[in-house]
Amino acid sequence: MAVDGGHRDGACDWDGRWNHVKKFLERPGPFTHPDFEPSTESLQFLLETCKILVIGAGGLGCELLKNLALSGFRLIHVVDMDTIDLSNLNRQFLFRPKDVGRPKAEVAADFINSRIPGCKVVPHFNKIQDFDESFYRQFHIIVCGLDSIIARRWMNGMLISLLSYEDGVLDPSSIIPLIDGGTEGFKGNARVILPGMTACIDCTLELYPPQINFPMCTIASMPRLPEHCIEYSRLLLWPKEKPFGETALDGDNPEHIQWVFERAQERAAEFNITGVTYRLTQGVVKRIIPAVASTNAVIAAACATEVFKIASSAYIPLNNYLVFNDVDGLYTYTFEAERKDNCSACSQVPQDLQFPPSAKLQEVLEYLTENSSLQMKSPAITTTLEGKNKTLYLQSVKSIEERTRPNLCKTLKELGLSDGQELAVADVTTPQTVLFKLNFTT
Amino acid sequence: TMAATKTSKEQRYDRQLRLWGDHGQEALENAHVCLINATATGTETLKNLVLPGIGAFTIVDGHTVSGEDVGNNFFLSSSSIGKNPDKLLDNDPEFFHRFTLVIGVQLPESTCLRLGSVLWSASVPFLVCKTYGLIGYMRLVVKEHTVIESHPDNALEDLRLDQPFAELKSHIQSYDLESMEKKDHSHTPWIIIVAKYLEKWLSEHNSQPPKNYKEKEAFRQLIRQGILKNDNDVPEDEENFEEAVKNVNTALNPTKIPTAVEDLINSEQCSNITSQSASFWVMLRAIKEFIQSEGNGSLPVRGTIPDMIADSQKFINLQNVYREKAMQDAAAVSKHVECILQSVGKVSCKNASFLRVVCCRSLAEEYSVDSVNKDEITSYMDSPDSEMVLYLMLRAVDRFYQQHSRYPGVYNYQVEEDISKLKLCVNSLLQEYSLNVNIKDDYIHEFCRYGAAEPHTVAAFLGGSAAQEVIKIISHQFVPFNNTFIYNAMSQTSATFQL
Repeated sequence: MAVDGGHRDGACDWDGRWNHVKKFLERPGPFTHPDFEPSTESLQFLLETCKILVIGAGGLGCELLKNLALSGFRLIHVVDMDTIDLSNLNRQFLFRPKDVGRPKAEVAADFINSRIPGCKVVPHFNKIQDFDESFYRQFHIIVCGLDSIIARRWMNGMLISLLSYEDGVLDPSSIIPLIDGGTEGFKGNARVILPGMTACIDCTLELYPPQINFPMCTIASMPRLPEHCIEYSRLLLWPKEKPFGETALDGDNPEHIQWVFERAQERAAEFNITGVTYRLTQGVVKRIIPAVASTNAVIAAACATEVFKIASSAYIPLNNYLVFNDVDGLYTYTFEAERKDNCSACSQVPQDLQFPPSAKLQEVLEYLTENSSLQMKSPAITTTLEGKNKTLYLQSVKSIEERTRPNLCKTLKELGLSDGQELAVADVTTPQTVLFKLNFTT
Repeated sequence: TMAATKTSKEQRYDRQLRLWGDHGQEALENAHVCLINATATGTETLKNLVLPGIGAFTIVDGHTVSGEDVGNNFFLSSSSIGKNPDKLLDNDPEFFHRFTLVIGVQLPESTCLRLGSVLWSASVPFLVCKTYGLIGYMRLVVKEHTVIESHPDNALEDLRLDQPFAELKSHIQSYDLESMEKKDHSHTPWIIIVAKYLEKWLSEHNSQPPKNYKEKEAFRQLIRQGILKNDNDVPEDEENFEEAVKNVNTALNPTKIPTAVEDLINSEQCSNITSQSASFWVMLRAIKEFIQSEGNGSLPVRGTIPDMIADSQKFINLQNVYREKAMQDAAAVSKHVECILQSVGKVSCKNASFLRVVCCRSLAEEYSVDSVNKDEITSYMDSPDSEMVLYLMLRAVDRFYQQHSRYPGVYNYQVEEDISKLKLCVNSLLQEYSLNVNIKDDYIHEFCRYGAAEPHTVAAFLGGSAAQEVIKIISHQFVPFNNTFIYNAMSQTSATFQL
């Protein structure tokens, strides 16, 4: 068997290379998509034209790159802002111990490009926010293997911002399908999002319950669990004692974890609490989610199957959400997540804010962060008053935060806001501002 | 201060150690699995075992690598020549006895059944995997698999409020809610609150606990009435009382031995302990004896309570009451174990209610006309698009291979003509097993269309699924499937059948 070695430009396909794939592209069948036409051109499309973006080169990302490369995709970009850590090696198989410290996207791309002749993975050692519409617009399909809900929502918002409407009708050519996968221990999910058409990430935000933080009074004066002692050490002792000077606590620094661990043990001893271990300490400080190779393999496989279906029109894609759990046997559940009529991301309808004029701005801020359908992280609120743009409150820039902080205690009336006033809210969870309409209640 | 030096292995495996612990990892590192056929499905399964640290693996594969193999397999880029499983079965079947588990991938029916028989006699667990077009198939064959820790997602708490043990009773008695100051009152654990009000209820209801919805609502009201009121007769904000009300259902769950554990205790293996009995059965026997003596009809106390609003001291004191009782019960169980056997088992009795046994039928039983599970097959086929039809098609395709020494539709020109041939195989299969079911022609067409393809993404899905089942068998943690798993990549659905 002769293999054309190392060619990066076309013509490096040996006999039979794509046999497994071709059966689904070149043969008619009873269950294919109604638009499917068997042809030898589909394979060429995959090999030479179809451009896929993979977000994340970690547990899911490594699997996705392999799966796509072995399904005929060659024009692949991968974005990841992280470098490789030893603890990644139990599942992120494109990395070896010698790669620790190097950017994931680059090492992953190198490995795939060397192993799969003809495949051209282009790495980007970046945050997704480093790119704008012009970057994302070039892809046919985007598949995410992220570990952050904020990043998912941002990506979701970006693709929604690319949609174009003519006379209120969505232009299908502006839709970039988003396949999103997520895993946690032995559980995972995969979903297909057609922005503007099917449920988006924000439509189903309640599926991601907000992260539970322990109440401060429990941590400060009434600990019961070893976790409370660890949080005490992290949140209260570290800022007070500044054990390493002005350095912020770094969960990846074993010396830092060791310090938190020892202080947590002392705290626990005071209250006769058992169970503080180094492993637990690291888990709490870094918010570690357990992870194994198998779950990532399953979910990435399901996602890649969907990419293939959409790119080739071979089958009707998943509509639209798959849940997987192999704690007890193997369990899957497939359902159609519904769009929300007033989704803050994809409904194009200004969001409703109901408050009495006597309500303080602080209450509005709390609503934006605590409401389960919004779950904003640090919203920046601006509005137009007397024809001028005015920032009501912004947290992320220290000087502006200090200047606008007094506004939080003022009532909406005092701030000069009127019934029907439009507020523009920016947040890390979305690349575009979200428009809210203030409705005064009595 | 010196940072704690963690071994690089602990760091590397940190994310999975949080799932199956050091003892699970140890079992994995002491295991030696055998993979038969290094196809895409096989190598993907193996990758997902090598990554978490499997001790050793052996690959048995008599095929030479072809161009299409390199096309779907991440681990092939050169040819290899190896042993043939059929030859091994002919000449040296005991070769397979050394393995912790055998994974058979893309096996023709005859090889699969022969191997199944050898492994069944040797009590070596056997996992059969097949990727066929867009369909994934797994069959687990293990005579008796003991699960020491099932890690259920939603386990019921073991609070014993319906039958408080002496130490719990006296601890509850040490509280006098009526005479407490607000600070103490608001930070009393809800378990105590429920216990106190339950006492009240029982004294007023002829020792009958709240049973139906109406009574439980009345009980909740009773608890609410206990919330302190301020000078204006307005109820204070007592979150612990809210917790008590919310947890009434949990609290009133009767203390009961789970059915699965009851069955184990009444099983033959538990009654007939010999020096050959696995420690799992010895522990179960000891637990049985405990139930009949110190336990007064109940399992050893688990010893954990959920977190709840309380001040540190009250919570820790209450937690310790349960913990100390659990330790006492565990010591009693240990004494029983000592009486039963010299060596103490490695199984911990705190997981008593999470013990499970999974018994998967042999392939011989599944394939025999006398013992085929007709009911399971025909009842699922009431829905003609159920995954069961995919199982039947895989069986038919195996039959086709036996007759024609090839799979249907491998080459384009074969697809059309093989449809009628495959249909004959389907009919003979249904006839042989007297299965009065209807298989749509569309499925026969689709399976010819597949041409025995092994697309990578389907192989990868199966590879992840299979690897985790192997890990479950090796570690005796988490419950494996029983016994046939079908994955449909077209619809992204799956099903598990017991065949």
